[in-house]
Amino acid sequence: MEIKRPGVAGTMESSDIIVRIEPKETEGIELTLESAVMQQYGKQIEKVIRETLEELGVTKAYVNAVDKGALDCTVAARTLAAAYRSAESTEYVWSEVKVK
Amino acid sequence: MLFVPGNNPGMIRDAHIYGSDSIMFDLEDSVAITEKDAARFLVYKALTKLHYGSKELVVRINDLSSGLGVADLEAIVRARPDVIRLPKTDSAKDVVECEREIERIEREAGIPVGSTGMMAAIESANGVLNAREIAFASKRLIGIALGAEDYVTDLKTTRSPEGIELMFARGMIVNAAKAAGIMALDTVYSDVNNEEGFIAEATMIRKMGFDGKSVINPRQIAPLHAVFTPSEKDLAKAHAIMDAIAEANARGSGVASLKGKMIDKPVVARAQYLLEMAERAKTMTVEDI
Repeated sequence: MEIKRPGVAGTMESSDIIVRIEPKETEGIELTLESAVMQQYGKQIEKVIRETLEELGVTKAYVNAVDKGALDCTVAARTLAAAYRSAESTEYVWSEVKVK
Repeated sequence: MLFVPGNNPGMIRDAHIYGSDSIMFDLEDSVAITEKDAARFLVYKALTKLHYGSKELVVRINDLSSGLGVADLEAIVRARPDVIRLPKTDSAKDVVECEREIERIEREAGIPVGSTGMMAAIESANGVLNAREIAFASKRLIGIALGAEDYVTDLKTTRSPEGIELMFARGMIVNAAKAAGIMALDTVYSDVNNEEGFIAEATMIRKMGFDGKSVINPRQIAPLHAVFTPSEKDLAKAHAIMDAIAEANARGSGVASLKGKMIDKPVVARAQYLLEMAERAKTMTVEDI
């Protein structure tokens, strides 16, 4: 997935996270993260963002995230929304099917 | 059924703690048009990653004519809620079209065909007049619901505390649902600060035959359960009826009576239903603890 323009998703409300993704010329994901729970969960939040982008095939992007105590699933959801918006794509892939 | 806005991570996270029987994640009216994609991702991820115990999980999608409904289904069917709620259902055709899309996605995703339930919300004068054909439109339907805000707008009136403007719609919907053997679910009561009005409305719709009611605030759950949970007096009577029937059967008699009154088939059916309701209420209470 190619990041074409700045895209943002999420809010500053408690339990949410704002993820901003911007185009980058060179390979690699450059990520900056602010979180009130940086010490405890900073690495986990970064891991979820990087894994989500990897699944989408995003290899070049600047990512800025401001976390307000989001769960992993919220971090993933906001990253997905920001990435698709940045890629100007609505060709969503829903690869995961819940096992009941 | 507790309504939860689909783009609010905090409410989605906490939705199961308030003791509602079911949770309805909303992708429709509570989500701004610019945030439809974000809400869809959020509800999809929440349903695939979080555990809500044995709560019945419902997702209200956008209607198919909005251009968003099929995109919602592509995500949500794979996240496997118990029920998909179709808004603004005007005819059986709306239900059939939605079912066709659900079935296609179930096949594509390897989900057992027919395992996704449906609920149709009726929110227009036309929809109310077509309530019967809507209720019979699909085997997936577990219930039909009244959506009052759009309905009263269609009638060019407003909602009143007494709900006189909803009498016909409620009557049509509850009758159509019962004829089809599915549930009838009442609309939300928007004035969350008026508990007295809420209880009066809940008492009325239970008496009319509705099986449940949507709530928009967790504060409304306990009073609603209090209205729908059978009283000790009613339970004692139901047990007495069942005992009298058992005794009559043991005697080989087809006729039973209680305190001089004959117990016929509908009386037994009502007693059985009441005992089932009490059992379900007990199960819910234990789970909530």
